[in-house]
Amino acid sequence: MSSTVSGPTFSGPIFSRKAFRLLAIAGLFVVALAVAATVGLLRQPRQYRVDPPVSAALEGLRLMPNGIAGSPPEVYFALGQPYEETAYDLNQGKRLYSWFGCASCHGDGEGGAGPSFLDGWWLYGPSMVSIAASIRDGRPHGMPAFRHKMTIDEIWQLAGYVKAIGAYSAKLTAPSRSDDRQTRPAENRAPAAILFDQGSAPVRRPKQGPSP
Amino acid sequence: MTTERRSSAATDVDLDDAELDRQLDRTWAGRTSFWGAIAAVDHKVIARRYIVTAFVFLILGGMLALAMRIQLAQPEARFINADRYNQIFTMHGSNMMFLFAVPVMEAMAVYLVPLMVGTRNIAFPRLNAFSYWVFLAGGILLWISFALDTAPDVGWFAYVPLSGPEYGSGKRADVWAQMITFTELSALAVAVEIVVTVLKQRAPGMSLDRIPLLVWSMLVMAFVVIMAMPAIMFESSTLIMDRLVGTQFYNPAEGGDVLLWQHLFWFFGHPEVYIIFLPAVGMVSTILPTFVQRPIFGYLPVVMALIATGVLAFGLWVHHMFVIGLPRLAESFFTASSMAIAIPAGVQIFCWLATLWAGRPIFKTPLLFVIGFIITFVIGGLTGVMVASVPFDAQVHDTYFVVAHFHYVLIGGAVFPLIAGIYYWFPKMTGRMMSERLGQWSFWLIFVGFNLTFFPMHILGLQGMPRRIYTYQPEMPWGGLNLFISLSAVILFSGFLVFFIDVARSWSAGRPAGQNPWNASTLEWAMNSPPPPYNFRRIPVVDARDPLWCGSDELPVASGLRTDRRELLISSVVEALPEARESSPRDSVWPFWAAIATSIMLIWSIFSPWAIVWGSIPIAITLIGWFWPKGIAEDES
Amino acid sequence: MKTAAISLPLLLLLSGCGGVQSALDAHGQTAILLKSLIIFVVATCFVVWIIVMLVLIWSLMRRRDGQAADDRSLHRRITIAVSGAVAATALIISGLTIASFYTTRGLDPARDPDMTIRVRAQQWWWQFIYEDADPAQSFHTANEIHIPVGKAVRVRLESSDVIHSFWVPSLAGKQDLIPGRENVLTLRAERPGVYRGQCAEFCGLQHSHMALFVIAEDEESYRQWASAQRKEGLQPREPEIVAGKALFMARQCAACHTIRGTEASGTTGPDLTHIGSRHTIAAGLLENTRGSLAAWIADPQTLKPGNNMPIVPLSADELRQISAYMDSLK
Repeated sequence: MSSTVSGPTFSGPIFSRKAFRLLAIAGLFVVALAVAATVGLLRQPRQYRVDPPVSAALEGLRLMPNGIAGSPPEVYFALGQPYEETAYDLNQGKRLYSWFGCASCHGDGEGGAGPSFLDGWWLYGPSMVSIAASIRDGRPHGMPAFRHKMTIDEIWQLAGYVKAIGAYSAKLTAPSRSDDRQTRPAENRAPAAILFDQGSAPVRRPKQGPSP
Repeated sequence: MTTERRSSAATDVDLDDAELDRQLDRTWAGRTSFWGAIAAVDHKVIARRYIVTAFVFLILGGMLALAMRIQLAQPEARFINADRYNQIFTMHGSNMMFLFAVPVMEAMAVYLVPLMVGTRNIAFPRLNAFSYWVFLAGGILLWISFALDTAPDVGWFAYVPLSGPEYGSGKRADVWAQMITFTELSALAVAVEIVVTVLKQRAPGMSLDRIPLLVWSMLVMAFVVIMAMPAIMFESSTLIMDRLVGTQFYNPAEGGDVLLWQHLFWFFGHPEVYIIFLPAVGMVSTILPTFVQRPIFGYLPVVMALIATGVLAFGLWVHHMFVIGLPRLAESFFTASSMAIAIPAGVQIFCWLATLWAGRPIFKTPLLFVIGFIITFVIGGLTGVMVASVPFDAQVHDTYFVVAHFHYVLIGGAVFPLIAGIYYWFPKMTGRMMSERLGQWSFWLIFVGFNLTFFPMHILGLQGMPRRIYTYQPEMPWGGLNLFISLSAVILFSGFLVFFIDVARSWSAGRPAGQNPWNASTLEWAMNSPPPPYNFRRIPVVDARDPLWCGSDELPVASGLRTDRRELLISSVVEALPEARESSPRDSVWPFWAAIATSIMLIWSIFSPWAIVWGSIPIAITLIGWFWPKGIAEDES
Repeated sequence: MKTAAISLPLLLLLSGCGGVQSALDAHGQTAILLKSLIIFVVATCFVVWIIVMLVLIWSLMRRRDGQAADDRSLHRRITIAVSGAVAATALIISGLTIASFYTTRGLDPARDPDMTIRVRAQQWWWQFIYEDADPAQSFHTANEIHIPVGKAVRVRLESSDVIHSFWVPSLAGKQDLIPGRENVLTLRAERPGVYRGQCAEFCGLQHSHMALFVIAEDEESYRQWASAQRKEGLQPREPEIVAGKALFMARQCAACHTIRGTEASGTTGPDLTHIGSRHTIAAGLLENTRGSLAAWIADPQTLKPGNNMPIVPLSADELRQISAYMDSLK
């Protein structure tokens, strides 16, 4: 048996329906992109350069008289708290931590000659202002001032990172593990909480320092 | 969906053509509602979506290229900053490779392979629908991340440690890794479908030596996909694990290795080039004979060359790593193997030249693009021979010379044939011809613009201009050529613009095409344009390599398939002897929901490893829905 | 065009800035070898391309007489032609492979080099360590090395962060610097000159601004330069420079940079002991003048966004004094 192989024509309705579908998909895509772009505009971008007036304003930490806690400068909120929220700044903080030799006293966060950041025991409170002030101005019993070693925006970056080491909940923006030997879980996996849960981590209490 | 007719007589044996068409249409056509469109599993519908989406990504990627050319037109320009530029070149590469080139080639396979082998639908049509939705989600993920300023900025190759946990801050590299997982998942799914369709669903009589060359090339491509893609899926998963849960695959301090990344990447990345290139040469081998009205010269050598290319593709990945400090023996081996790939490429080129010589060329747009392909691809192939040499590569590796080389291979070697293919099969897909006048314009603009844009890059590379730089200093002697390239890029873009205008115009107002406007020889031209949902009224019987050039106006056909349910003919692998009737799945929305669930899990896993656990539950639910037995014939098979 | 191509590098060489960075402008032993290979391979491939194009044009344009020739004999003739072409391809490929092998042999690192320089690439600058058997004689510099002409210099390549690639095209091909590994490259300049190089593997934000200079000079000049580099930083006398030095030590600068002979001993940034003697600053970004030093110190983040040097708040006077101090460190 033999006949030509062909079927009926389907040009009209099917074609326009397909076109409609494709248009709908393309339209959805464009709308999604536009929405994302709008959100992206509102979002905090990576800031590589801090304007000198802004960094001058970042100097304006106001600490309580006892040196514990206080309020950050207004400009910190105006910037959108980048030093706690932006992955890039936190990562830079991590590099500063090794470049400026923090590990020589604080180890990988477990402490040593200096206090640990992992034990949930903040001598001057866990606020950014305290940490930044500790780095900038130093503290009694051995913490040197880094005022003349780092610029203020670097101090804020480092403070953000130090805070992330002691975080008790996993954080999206915190740095991941380094390409080094691993001594504890990475910052984004909440090392403090994990070590705390395990209970066996050799968390060393500082031998010195004022009691809060 | 059609109502079931449980009549034992519902086969195509004793029906006249009109009645048969009516019954088949009721069985095979999808619903026209919104959910009907979502549920469609017809390979032509899915493939058309794939092709259109891929071309949308081509346009977006082209915009990125234009932005880069504006930035590079003059030294130390500040049009785009370094951060954004790094995102843009990463997006351009990833988008063009993963969202345009591979999907569009596979989509052409999804459209054409079932028609060319004479069957009614692709194998695993629901998987096919699933793969499209997953691909779309991956593309949207990448582009939305770009709009959100969190696009990957580590290059399309994402070398660790730059993309690793320590130096790739934020979620940028994770987005890249999961976009890879999306697109590779869809590519693998399509590859499996193609292999099964080609090996088991060929029309009776289409033995291995009668398969059209395009189908051969798609088969080899599908095998290459199946071999190569798992390497990069492993890689993207390990990267995201290194970044998120603290594994140490790429950390030298803990026994990992940064070069492991490069080996895995190029073990996929080099075959990737052939995944794009093999379908393109298949198109050339199919289009060329039509426009000289003569069968291809050297069918067997061309098939052997395709297979050899597919095998050799896995033996030369290291030539992307010639400057990492390899042992000399390894360098020599991979130089020799990289050079050797020139032989199968040469075989095909000589066979095409012989076909051209022996036939009578008809200079229509598809042939023009094929000729443009031969001219530019030979340049790309020869520069490929150059960079295969270790010492030569030591100077040009990661320079604009390499940029020129692979654009000659990928645009000259794959996009030219693809556009030829679009001009060639557009009448089949839409029922309308594209404009010959605009086609000639677009060819000359693209051809001239392409060569003016990319040829000078060879010189720039030898003059020492590295790749992936967002700017260069005024004292470097590269300014003039870069400005020239940027201006030429405008010509290239206008060529593509003309092409897209032609597509848009012809789609709605083109001249009706008829069954076989080019007088071609393969089975897809044996039906109306566009093809009906069931492709063939009766399954053809093939007794020659060029079934439509056999002299008689009518094809012999086989009969006996049921009309009241979707049925295919299964044939043997080598001889294509009919073996069984197999039912083909009906439309279903479950692939769509499964793709949504998969997308949620993959995107969630950028942020939390627990996504793998909790995200698998919705996937399981959608898969249960997908495979739930409904007691109909299609399930029983 | 050609004269421009020749005269431009010369001009740059004379002006002291820029320097040659072209694989075609070969002045090193390896680069000369590579250049001859490049010319040979490109010429061969060009001939092949021309032949293929001529065949293509002939196939398209040849006059077709009315009826097809005897199909059998035609087919045989074509078969012979295609087989011949494939055989020729295989021959050419083999020839090129052999040429490549022999050139590769010439690239092997020198067995006993005359001197060794260790490179540690960092985001986004080059640290160079001139090694000496006597540790006191070894010294550090950044982004610029001097080598004696005609001597084989072994360059040991390491990375301290991501993958970089060391490439001075006028002297040799490139070689990657990979964390956790060491690669070796041999440089041998045949002619004196200033040769520019650049990182050739994408290494992040400022990959574009990661250049280096190799200054090849005669043995005597090299020795003078090396002994000057070994010395500690000069003790300033002029009041402006003295003030600059005091500021440098008191402010953030000393925490990241080393100036030998002073208390500045930071290792994060480049060694500045003899920064005044270098041709460029910021990894080839700016010509080294007092003005550009001041511009760089004042606002490194505008000139090279994202690099690791912060903006240190300085008054105009302080800026002048520090840049004067930097300039004085010859």
